[in-house]
Amino acid sequence: MVSDPRAVVAEVVDPEMPMLTLDDLGVIRGVDTDGERVTVTITPTYSGCPALEVMRDDLRARLAAAGYARVEVRTVLSPPWSTDWISEDGRRKLAEHGVAPPDRVGPRDAGPVPLTLSAPAAVVRCPRCGSPATEEFSRFGPTSCTALRRCTACREPFEHMKEH
Amino acid sequence: MNTDHDATNAYQSLVETLGHDDPRWAFGTGVEDVQAEISSPVPDGVDPADLAAYCLMLGDDALICSHRLTEWVTNAPELEEEVALANTALDLLGQARVLLARAGHVEGRGRDEDALAYLRTEPEFRNIALAELPDERDFARAIARLLLFSTWRLALLQRLLGSRDPVVAAVAGKGVKELTYHRDHAARWTLRLGDGTPESHRRMQAALDAVWPYLEELFRTSDVERRLAAAGVAVDPAQTRDEVDAVLDEVLGRATLTRPAVPPMGPINGLGGRQGMHTEYLGHVLAELQSLARQHPGATW
Repeated sequence: MVSDPRAVVAEVVDPEMPMLTLDDLGVIRGVDTDGERVTVTITPTYSGCPALEVMRDDLRARLAAAGYARVEVRTVLSPPWSTDWISEDGRRKLAEHGVAPPDRVGPRDAGPVPLTLSAPAAVVRCPRCGSPATEEFSRFGPTSCTALRRCTACREPFEHMKEH
Repeated sequence: MNTDHDATNAYQSLVETLGHDDPRWAFGTGVEDVQAEISSPVPDGVDPADLAAYCLMLGDDALICSHRLTEWVTNAPELEEEVALANTALDLLGQARVLLARAGHVEGRGRDEDALAYLRTEPEFRNIALAELPDERDFARAIARLLLFSTWRLALLQRLLGSRDPVVAAVAGKGVKELTYHRDHAARWTLRLGDGTPESHRRMQAALDAVWPYLEELFRTSDVERRLAAAGVAVDPAQTRDEVDAVLDEVLGRATLTRPAVPPMGPINGLGGRQGMHTEYLGHVLAELQSLARQHPGATW
């Protein structure tokens, strides 16, 4: 009994943020079936994201377990991934696991990118107590996609998936 | 809980992968990525040799700068900074991998990204000198280089968003977002050190003075760039000068630092990094970067 490859792919989780499925993260660009052959197309979050190779292995292993021996995982760079691709469900799961979800950024304006010389003023609520009084203390967290913040109300540090 | 179950699976699958007879490469990637864009045809009217050379230029800038940033891992002044520099290095390494893979594909001599990174000699590298300069364990130097490099590369990649080469355009599309973080990070540190204590100000200024002679090379147009800019694939780097100057002047002004008045380095007999003429420092970078690959070709563990 072979299950739908889309359903199998949808369940594979992100290796660095295992509360999210690859579907939640928005990196699955396509699942194409040609007889017994399955081609999964994914896009990296950041150029050097080391999780990509683990995702590829996970996808192959899960599809193989579901009966698909011939699996090709392709990566595509364009159009570039943005945190706007993270689903509503994904945002909720991030918050539930103590990671403040990213804001929606929308398309970037044309023309030179403006310098940002101080931490962004956007309100990031503490995922623990909900207070808007939080501050960034490092732009780069344990993974490329997160920044480190602390809540000045409950004093807890937390990760923020930064807008990208 | 469903999520707990999934979390376990993520780590379980790591173990499963390692449990297989699946050796890990001791260097490089060892995987032949199925990259949708890499094998795109060379745009009409473009000399493949020029395109390969251009991808090497952009790729080598990122690779060598990434390696210099990586030297700060275990040496940065604080843990968060170490993570920041490592993340920056990782973004650049990711850009380099795609560009080198594209160069190898277009060149058509069977060299993959690993062969290009690990098995070329100094004169075969096409990076600008700024990328290869040593920081001499001076954090201000790392910041000064990153400020110049990221300001310039951001201006470059922005203009490459519309490149007729799909790989160059795709790298630019991802890179603009990444370089925006890198530049902001370097600019904020420049501000903090420049407008900090007399000692931090003095050292930040000295670091700028040390790297500034290598700024001019970033705006010199090589023949390959000139031809490819005319073909809509590359950008003439001279076009980035005004934007780079404006950004640097703004940062230095806010940081109470002075724009160094130093004569530019090179070119030597008309040659610079784009033609394979390097400072002595590139050899030191390659000695470390390539030692394992050269001593143990194809090594796995």
